[in-house]
Parts: sequence; C-alpha cells; structure tokens
Amino acid sequence: MNPLDLIRTAASNTVRSKLRTTLTVLALFVGAFTLTLTTALGAGVSDYVTTQVASLGSNDVFLISKASASAGGSGPQKFDPETSSPSSGTANPLTGSAGALTPADITTLKGIRGLTGVTPISPVSIDWIATSTSDKYQLAIAPTSSIARADLAAGSQLDASSRAHQLVIPDSYVKPLGLGTAQSAIGTTVSLGITDVLGGTHQVTATIVGISNASILSSGAGANASLVAELARDQKAGSKALDRYQVAVAHFNPHSSASAINDLKQRIGAHGMSAQTIAYQLGVVQTVITGITGVLDAFAIVALLAAAFGIVNTLLMSVQERTREVGLMKAMGMSNGRVFALFSLEAAFIGLLGSVIGVIAAMLVGLPLNAALAAGPLSGLQGLHLLLFQPASLVGVVVVIVVIAFLAGTLPARRAARKTPIDALRYE
Amino acid sequence: MNTITDGAPAPILEVRHLSKWYGKGDSRFQALDDVSLSIVAGETLAIVGKSGSGKSTLMHILALLDSGDAGTVLIDGADSTGLSRRAINRLRNRRFGFVFQQFFLTPGSSVLENVILPLKIAGVPSGERRRRGLAALRQFDLADKAANNATDLSGGQKQRVVLTRAIVGEPDVIFADEPTGNLDSVTGAVVEDELFVLNRDRGVTLVIVTHDEALAARCARQIHVSDGRLVDTAVAAA
Repeated sequence: MNPLDLIRTAASNTVRSKLRTTLTVLALFVGAFTLTLTTALGAGVSDYVTTQVASLGSNDVFLISKASASAGGSGPQKFDPETSSPSSGTANPLTGSAGALTPADITTLKGIRGLTGVTPISPVSIDWIATSTSDKYQLAIAPTSSIARADLAAGSQLDASSRAHQLVIPDSYVKPLGLGTAQSAIGTTVSLGITDVLGGTHQVTATIVGISNASILSSGAGANASLVAELARDQKAGSKALDRYQVAVAHFNPHSSASAINDLKQRIGAHGMSAQTIAYQLGVVQTVITGITGVLDAFAIVALLAAAFGIVNTLLMSVQERTREVGLMKAMGMSNGRVFALFSLEAAFIGLLGSVIGVIAAMLVGLPLNAALAAGPLSGLQGLHLLLFQPASLVGVVVVIVVIAFLAGTLPARRAARKTPIDALRYE
Repeated sequence: MNTITDGAPAPILEVRHLSKWYGKGDSRFQALDDVSLSIVAGETLAIVGKSGSGKSTLMHILALLDSGDAGTVLIDGADSTGLSRRAINRLRNRRFGFVFQQFFLTPGSSVLENVILPLKIAGVPSGERRRRGLAALRQFDLADKAANNATDLSGGQKQRVVLTRAIVGEPDVIFADEPTGNLDSVTGAVVEDELFVLNRDRGVTLVIVTHDEALAARCARQIHVSDGRLVDTAVAAA
C-alpha cells in the first residue's frame, strides 16, 4: 500500500464509525479549544505588558527610593534630623518603598560613580486642571512621568530639556475639558491649580503635547521637568522645610553588563537606598502572568491526556471490531508495518480533526469575545487584546494534539499489527 | 491422478513431512502428522475431512499463512523456510487468491473498493486499480454493482464479489476454504461453476478445502485428512 493510499484509507476508516469518532473528536476538541484560548490569553497579556514596558522606555534608568525603615537593620532606627525621613505609609507603585529621600541622599547619589543625571522627583499634587472654557477637574501627575515614555494616543512625548511647561494628559480628559478629539487637543494651553503648604493658591499654565492611552502601569498625567519644578516651587511657598522626595531617578551607562548594574545597585544599597531598573519591575509582572497562563495550560494538557485515553479506547474497540478485516489484509500480503501505520494514522487523523475544529471554534468564540471585552469591561486598558491568536501558536496546538493522538494510537495499532492472519480470520 | 498432460510438470506447491502441534503440556495435540503432498500448476485439488481433522491447517500452511513445526514447504520447488516476511507477503499478494467461508467484505465500502483491496495492498496506482477492478467485476456480471455497498448484496453476490477479489490480482493459485458453506445449493453451484471456469480458462490452480463430497468430486484430485494424517480415499470412505 503506498503512503497516499494509507492516509486515504485511514481517513475514510475514521468516518466509518461516525458516533464513536465524533465522541473522541469531541474530547480532543475540548482540549484544543482550551489550549488555544489559554495560549492566546498568555500571548495577549504578555504582548500588552511588553508594549507597556516599551512605552516606559528608558532601559538606562534606575528608580531609587529609600529602603524601608525596618529593612535597614534589626529594630527601630534612631532619628537623625538630617537623614531620617517620615514614612509616607503609601507605597510607591513602582518601587514599593514607603520611605522618602532627603537632599543628603541625593548628594550621596550624585557622589556614586557610574550614576549620572541624578534627579529627585518632586512630589507635586495639583488641585485641578481646566481650560479657559471648561469646568475644573481633578488631576494627578505621575511622579516619574518626566522620565517615562507614555503610551500615546496622539501628540508627542514630553521633552525633558524643554523650558516650556509641557503636559501629557490621559485621553479620558479630552472630552470633559472640551478639547474635541485627541488630535485637536494637542497644543491647547490649560491652567493647573495648586495649593501651597501655607494654604495659598497658585495657577500655572501648561501646553498639552500628548494624549496618553489608559494603562495598567502608568496612571495620571505626565509633566515635564520644567513644569514639575515650577509646580514644586509654588507648592513649597518659600518654606524652609527640608525637601523630601519619594523617588529619584538616575541614569547609568545603557551598555553596562548585568553584573555592573548589580554592582551599582549594591553600592546604592550600602547607603540605605534601593535601586531598581524599570525592566526588572515589569519582569515581575510578566513572571506572574506567565505563571497564571502556565496553570491554565496545565489544565488544558490534563484535558488532552484524558482525550488521549479516549483515543486509545476508541481505537482498541475499532481494532477489535475490525479484527477480521485486519486478518484479511494481512492474508493478502499487507505487512505489519503498514497495518501499524494504518491505525496510527487513523489516530493522528482523529487528532487533526479534533484540534482543527477546536482551534477554529476557539477563534470563533475568542475574536468576538475580545471585541466585546475591549469595548466593555476592559475598555480602560486601551491597546489590550486579551486574546492574541498567533498563527505559530495555533499551528503549535494542532501539532501537539496530532502528536499526542498519534502516540495514543500506537498502542492499539501495535495490537492490530501483531494479529496473525489465521487467528484474525477465525475470530468470530 | 493428474490433469496436466504436457510432459512432467513441476509442482507449484509441495510439502514434505509436515507436522504441526497446537497447545502446550497435557492439552498439546498434533494437528498435522508427517504430511507430504505436491500440487502441480493448473491442478484442482480438494482437501476433504471432518471438522477438526487438520484440513484447514494444511491449507493455511500451504498458503504460507501459518508455518509448520516440522517439515518444509516448497514454492516452485524452492524451500520457503528462508524467505523473509516481506517476500512471503509479496508472494501471497501476487500469486495467491483467497476465498473463505465468511465473506470478509469491508462494511461501508463499495463493491469496487472491496475488490481492489489486493491491488491497493500491492501499491498499484489508483487509476489502474479501478480499471482492473471493473474488468474483473464485468467477468462476473457484477459491473453494475460496482458502486453498491458491499454488505447490501445477497449471499451469492457477495461470494462472487469475493471471487472477483481473489482473481483481480491474477494469482496462480486460489485457496478456497468452504467456498459454498454459507450458500444455498443453487447459488453454491453458481460459485462452484465460476471457480472451475477460472481453472479451465486461465489455468488457475485450485486448492479447495471442503467437507462437501459433491464439490470435492468435481476436483480432479481429492485428498482426505483425518486426525492430521493423509489417508487413502478408500479407507476414508469405509
């Protein structure tokens, strides 16, 4: 029997016992369906995170914060008016530290070799934003926005070196502020209201240079260094109180090796501060996501294993039922190898049917679901395609299932191949 | 007795001192005991005996479907012992045709599909398979049934499909095990006639296992098997 005939015969044999084949295909279908959705979910989420990481850009930046008070040693730390800082109690979402940096810390950082452009990030909290015609709306400015790259819907990134006051606002503000579309909002001048530490109010004007997409990793508006400095000056109102910073940023040589970066981190750590790269922090997020999709994949694999036993069972029954047919073919000179191939191919064909139908069904369910989620519950996360169907992983799912089915088929196929024609023909 | 008259024909099949045992220990019994037999090309041979006499076992060994525990089987005068499994498969595929008491037609496949199975196993291309299959069916007036489901036919038609399947590969020998056992006498006679026509027109050697004395009598030679031994015709009849 030539290979093409073998494949054709195997394919036509699978549809001979329709109900049994259908049930086995259904079992595989469930596995393929689940596996397709879980891999698409994993791909979708990690693709989104990767985009976010890219949007945060700077791979040569440390975020430096005060190591938390209890982490510095055992027991409470002694108070020193020059270096001690009150814990704010609210953790910085990016560094996780609750301490604050003092001007002395900044000086220390500037003295560390390998760090350049050490900039303390001034915490600025503004009261409202408004255009000349709109109502006043509350707005938060993300402390690290001056170094991060926003995921932009329109406009351009903040220019750190510009003297002009630049602002990037989330696109949810476009409509309330009466700015029309994201595109037309670019270049508009807005007023920001701020209350200083003594209770006085100030107004600062700034120009909108960009509109950002909503994101899980950056919230609030972004202001460039010049605007932040202006706001911080107003907020301080000439007070003599020592400056306190939640976080400082420092640049390092982007070509540094991992060990050099580690070395820098340790030197910063020796001064009671902790430094982390942005990539590291996002890596943690990705690890969690990989873990979750891994668990989901494991469930799909369990479903497939169950389906594999279904195939073994189906084909064993089929071999039993077709004992005489096998005997006849062997009497007519069909080799053991060909009989084995015939039944294994039949299993592989069942696998192909189940996986292709499963993958197609998963896409038919997934694509509208994606659209519905993006428009509904997940509309806050622009640019997120929860399910990302990548051709390579779809093909991968099909291949994995066909291989599993083929392997499951080898057991019954071996049994068929080992039948002797005489016993098979005598079988009633 | 020999129907071949042209000179001294070489035996196409021959067994020498063939013995075969089944089972183990106490249940061990001898199915064939020192059987020697030769069959010449174009001969019609009936192997007759009661159920359990060993006649089917003898046919299986002659057809290389089974092997003996002692003795040799010669094909065209050559010992088959040294043949590879591949060579044996090829031999059965190309030179032997089989007709069994049961039809062994594949359910759900067409008559033509069933008939061309030996050609498919031989690796004959599909166009040629179809052509040869239809030509063979035409001989048995079954061409109009080619597309029918094989299991929907009547018993006589089924056995004629089986005959068609046996001859489609143009074999030298047809082994028939109780070919009319499942048929009523009228259709049985039709199938018998067709078997002997094949022998007469094409010189196909027939080896027929049967307990039907009438069918055996139509063969040029009868051998009787009893308890695994070949016995003289006269003795068996007594």
